[in-house]
Amino acid sequence: MIDIACIIATAAIAIASLLTLYRLARGPDVLDRILALDTLVINTIGLIVVIGLWFRTTMYFETALLFAMVGFVTTVALCKYLLRGNVIE
Amino acid sequence: MIVAEVAISLLILVGAFFLFVGSLGLAKLPDLMRRLHGPTKATTLGIGSMLIASMLYFWAIEESPSIHELLITLFLFLTAPVTAQMIAKAHILRERHARESIPGTGRPVGWATLDAAKADEHSEHTQIPSGP
Repeated sequence: MIDIACIIATAAIAIASLLTLYRLARGPDVLDRILALDTLVINTIGLIVVIGLWFRTTMYFETALLFAMVGFVTTVALCKYLLRGNVIE
Repeated sequence: MIVAEVAISLLILVGAFFLFVGSLGLAKLPDLMRRLHGPTKATTLGIGSMLIASMLYFWAIEESPSIHELLITLFLFLTAPVTAQMIAKAHILRERHARESIPGTGRPVGWATLDAAKADEHSEHTQIPSGP
């Protein structure tokens, strides 16, 4: 039963990532693209967690944690750069 | 055991649904301030229920409880509001029409973001020196 749920979840997250990619390519402003990248990272974390459940392994949690950290730092650095023209002043 | 399996499957499906809805909102809503609402739900509800499902799985079925999921949940719940606020702030300070569409505060002081930017413009420390 968990396997079927994992398959459905993987498909849903794949479609969600495609929608996010649409916004990433289309987005009228830079900030739309930054938001789309952030959402893409969130979708990836969800995908990693689902695949970890599917393969019955705890190995992927460190990956998910690293993705969360890198995604946060990327988004904040990009926003800071847009605001001030500099990342660290 | 079957109860745990049903609960885990339901939590995975709920998480996937919210991730999908978040991305759908991002793709369909008309402007940035409204688009910001989609991904925040995806973060908190989607990833949250998926991590609860994972925790439940390793606790109830594999019988080897892990706390990594709690770390991810805590980190995401702490950082999602910061990200959303940074994006909103950058949007307000970059776009003139966004700045002008903000309602007044109804108090002697204005919005903190705009006041800080204005004070920065008049401060002597951030003035660009004019010529040698």
